[in-house]
Amino acid sequence: MGVIYVMWSRQLKKYWRSRARMIGALGQPLLFLLALGFGFGPIFEKAGGGSYIQFLAPGIIAMSILFTAMFTGIEVIWDRQFGFLKETLVAPVSRSKIMIGRTLGGASVAVIQGFVVFLISLFVGFKPESLINIPLAILFMFFIALLFTALGTAIASRLKDMQAFPLIINFLIMPVFFLSGALFPLNDLPRAIEIVTRLNPLTYGVDGLRNTLTGASHVNLFVDFTVIITVTLFIGIIGSYLFSKIEI
Amino acid sequence: MHVSFSSSKIKKFINQQREKYILYKKMVLMVNESIITVKNLSKKFNGLTAVDNISFEVKKGEIFAFLGPNGAGKTTTIKMLTTLLHPTAGEIKINGYDPVNEQKDARKSFGIVFQDQSLDEDLTAYENMDFHGVFYNVPKDLRKKRIDYLLNFVGLQERKDDFVKNFSGGMKRRLEIARGLIHHPKILFLDEPTIGLDPQTRNHMWQYIKDLNKKEGMTVFFTTHYMEEAEKIADTIAVIDKGRIIKKETPQALKRLTNTRSLEEAFLKLTGKSIRDEKSSSIDNLRMNRKIWRR
Ligand SMILES: Nc1ncnc2c1ncn2[C@@H]1O[C@H](COP(=O)(O)OP(=O)(O)OP(=O)(O)O)[C@@H](O)[C@H]1O
Ligand SMILES: [Mg+2]
Repeated sequence: MGVIYVMWSRQLKKYWRSRARMIGALGQPLLFLLALGFGFGPIFEKAGGGSYIQFLAPGIIAMSILFTAMFTGIEVIWDRQFGFLKETLVAPVSRSKIMIGRTLGGASVAVIQGFVVFLISLFVGFKPESLINIPLAILFMFFIALLFTALGTAIASRLKDMQAFPLIINFLIMPVFFLSGALFPLNDLPRAIEIVTRLNPLTYGVDGLRNTLTGASHVNLFVDFTVIITVTLFIGIIGSYLFSKIEI
Repeated sequence: MHVSFSSSKIKKFINQQREKYILYKKMVLMVNESIITVKNLSKKFNGLTAVDNISFEVKKGEIFAFLGPNGAGKTTTIKMLTTLLHPTAGEIKINGYDPVNEQKDARKSFGIVFQDQSLDEDLTAYENMDFHGVFYNVPKDLRKKRIDYLLNFVGLQERKDDFVKNFSGGMKRRLEIARGLIHHPKILFLDEPTIGLDPQTRNHMWQYIKDLNKKEGMTVFFTTHYMEEAEKIADTIAVIDKGRIIKKETPQALKRLTNTRSLEEAFLKLTGKSIRDEKSSSIDNLRMNRKIWRR
């Protein structure tokens, strides 16, 4: 317990101390909200989709969580290069605990980031359906964050190279984001795209988040939960394994 | 006068003597018990043999120095002993445990001060220390007491809430040494601990470590390029060159065998005077990288 807590708090401390980074990371979601929201809004409404901001905001919240979570993996490589990773790896604690602490820490940071985007979206015109469901939405944010932090950390466990990480992550993030229903509804898609969206775990995260925030949904909440948790566990186990095999 | 011994009495006497002998033998063995055993250990990095079939033992409570020119394989050996690298071949026992298959027990047996940096620079000095204490399960009160004492000891008490990234090289080194002493392991590995430290701090630190060695029977395994240091501190010295151990003796015996007056002369006689080609090792690369990546 001590170790998990310490690894978790370390990440939050570092996040809090580099607030500049956190504010910088809000630029992209804000741009998406404004440009897409106001740009596509009229077309979306004309096509009978209702308010686009209402549709888009949960997707952009999920996006900022996805990006923040995946990129916290780079801290493993960072720690490897600056040497601190060694200090944690020779300690007489199980490496899964270190991995769990890191993942929880990264996920918490991503949730905070996502929550800030949520607050921003309120100013752009987003109206959550009911406030009662907000804790549930936060829980969803947390599961999305956990999943992708675990994935980013697992990938980083296998990499030594700071430059390779963003390349690989971007290569993964873009399709995951665009084919998740974050930007457009998943109805009436071509068969191939439909299959890909069904295989994409973020689809269920976005759907769950949209459901809890606006009541609109494509899949159902129970399926969303089950898929997200299963995939998270699966990636977490692989990640722990890879992390436990690190040599320096 | 005639004294008769009953045979049973004699037997009893002999048995008593035998038991005493066994007990004595055990005590001697215990003193001489080895806490690190290495057999035919090798490590290859795609083609390059960094450690080449070495075997040695370190006795419990001993201060053991590992000396060798740059690139000899000292750090690589220490990494294998401390579970950070898996050997290509050979066997290791550390406090009775195998660092490959019994990692957790092996890790419980030692503490280490690394050659290259291992601090979290975005945390304060105190936070770095406290983390270590938690990792090594040092109870809260003791942790606080030792951290305060050690920060004082290395002269960093006043800077304890500063971020490590603002420290000088020597201050970082001191902090790493202080951190390594928060818990008292059975074996302490020190990979060039005194690199970059001023003579005052060096003496001070060795005094403290020798004390721990005496009082708690802590085994110390260290490397250094300062020969006087090794000569003064070590009970046993192993000289390693190009991945092979070429001699393992007491400092006195090394001088006697090489017919030299100082350990430095003995070392040069054993390893030759040519300068090692310093192919940039991974550590050098890391140092480069850290310069590039630190904002
Ligand atoms: N991760 C690695 N990959 C490839 N080669 C390596 C790696 N680590 C060490 N080496 C090589 O292994 C050899 C031994 O290196 P090692 O760091 O063990 O030397 P050392 O005795 O500690 O030297 P120094 O006194 O300079 O610290 C060197 O030739 C080095 O380049
Ligand atoms: Mg070395």
